[in-house]
Amino acid sequence: MTAEAAYDEAHDATRALPLADGSRPGPHGTRLLAGWFRTGRAADLTDHLDRYGPLPATAPAPLRQAVDEAGLTGRGGAAFPTGRKLSTVAAGRGPAVVVANGMESEPGSLKDQTLLQLAPHLVLDGIALAARAVGANAAHLCVARTRTEQVRALRGALAERVRLRLDPVPVQLHELPHHYVSSEESALVHWLNGGDARPTATPPRPFERGVGKRPTLVDNVETLAQLTLIARYGPAWYREAGAPDAPGTTLVTLSGAVHHPGVYEAPMGARLGQLLDHAGAAAERLSAVLVGGYFGSWLPAEAALSARFTKQDLAQLGAGPGAGVLVALPERACGLAETADVLGFLARNSAQQCGPCRFGLPAVAEDFAALAAGRLDGPSLTRLEQRVGLLAGRGACRHPDGASRLAATALQTFAADVARHVQFGPCGGASTSPVLAVPQGAVPGPQEWR
Amino acid sequence: MSVVPFTRSRELALRIDRIACEGHGACAELLPELLSLDEWGFPIVHRAAVPPELAAHARRAVAACPVLALRLERGRS
Ligand SMILES: Cc1cc2nc3c(=O)[nH]c(=O)nc-3n(C[C@H](O)[C@H](O)[C@H](O)COP(=O)(O)O)c2cc1C
Ligand code: SF4
Repeated sequence: MTAEAAYDEAHDATRALPLADGSRPGPHGTRLLAGWFRTGRAADLTDHLDRYGPLPATAPAPLRQAVDEAGLTGRGGAAFPTGRKLSTVAAGRGPAVVVANGMESEPGSLKDQTLLQLAPHLVLDGIALAARAVGANAAHLCVARTRTEQVRALRGALAERVRLRLDPVPVQLHELPHHYVSSEESALVHWLNGGDARPTATPPRPFERGVGKRPTLVDNVETLAQLTLIARYGPAWYREAGAPDAPGTTLVTLSGAVHHPGVYEAPMGARLGQLLDHAGAAAERLSAVLVGGYFGSWLPAEAALSARFTKQDLAQLGAGPGAGVLVALPERACGLAETADVLGFLARNSAQQCGPCRFGLPAVAEDFAALAAGRLDGPSLTRLEQRVGLLAGRGACRHPDGASRLAATALQTFAADVARHVQFGPCGGASTSPVLAVPQGAVPGPQEWR
Repeated sequence: MSVVPFTRSRELALRIDRIACEGHGACAELLPELLSLDEWGFPIVHRAAVPPELAAHARRAVAACPVLALRLERGRS
């Protein structure tokens, strides 16, 4: 059976179902979100233990192997094979450290907050299991300090586990400054080492030398929750959902012109159109889809909807799964104005440490704002294209790379609009209210990183 | 996960600490074969691998950086 056929068959089983209370169409799903789907409330430790039982006793090497065989990839953005990362950290010198990345700084994403709210113990189990898999004797869960309700709930969940002595390695909860780049892995490590939550020059990468100079596993919280299910039910079970080349389920945040925006759990390898169906499908005619989030790529609607949600398939279109964000852009909206807003956000939210973030990115954001407003002439457009090309690969972290990709794919996907804006000025879409709710706010000051 | 593009192990490779770099531009002046500057004076690496005939120039460029942001490393692979 081909990968696509396997997916198409599996897809129906996990389709969106109407909810009992009818009030909120999402989130739902059959694995990570199964508990919530049944009960309609966040799972406390009793619910969790009833459903899943205590931690399985799998030894470190078989645990790593199970993750490897399951084909789990990181859900924090880069889709790196998790099994391989576990092995690298386990092979490092001395006891390791586990860092769970629950920062979810991507404004288009809600899936980590949803997961931490509805099934916190799947994540906390995952931290315990990952610690065992890599031989760690310290574990940290990093979240945004602005999310006070989340912090309170997680403190409660951790206290429940301490009472039952569930975790051989104690998990420390940390509240970090919340900026777009303070969740990048080297920023987390730097903060845990007592510094600013700003990315640092690499190498060394965290897996080589991270918290306390020890080999450090940084994983997204959803990745860890997936690991929990693999440890319990095995790689063969894991691969029953999704496609052979993209196994399992994934959490996606669907927004824009869809009937029921929200967080959904869907099989990997689904066509993007099928993913949007979870949210009640497109509510209007679409011009494009933003795939991956603010670091993501704009794809023309037609190409996007028939593309499969796998790292390889999306790479062929110049995109990637990112953190599972899909934004459906209706035809009435101006893709250039939306992009200008996001670039402005990315420019304001860099760590202002490297050349491209200090100069190139703000210049690109300004150019884009001018383009959207119909104030950019032909020569300036050429200069903009050059500036966009020069952002990537020239920062300490990949923040400028993400911005470059967003800008480059916007120029490509909205090429006809670009020409029209340069020639005739702004379109009607620029004056309608934006589809993306881009957070405002100023550049963080030097004191706001600790 | 190659860290430096275009290098084979054993080769000398340029590496820039992008956070330390302040855009002085001395490096591009001394090593125009491998480096140039963007419109704000920050370096663009055209080739990280340093061919043997440019090794001396590269060392001079490294020494000229006032903030020690440019380094030469044995290629890792
Ligand atoms: C600017 C920037 C912001 C990031 N923000 C997040 C984030 O909010 N949450 C997250 O899990 N990963 C984030 N990442 C990715 C992390 O650096 C890291 O790769 C990830 O947590 C690894 O987990 P995974 O392998 O499970 O995906 C970010 C990366 C960059 C460059
Ligand atoms: S590239 Fe930008 S966000 Fe990343 S470390 Fe440098 S200044 Fe900070």
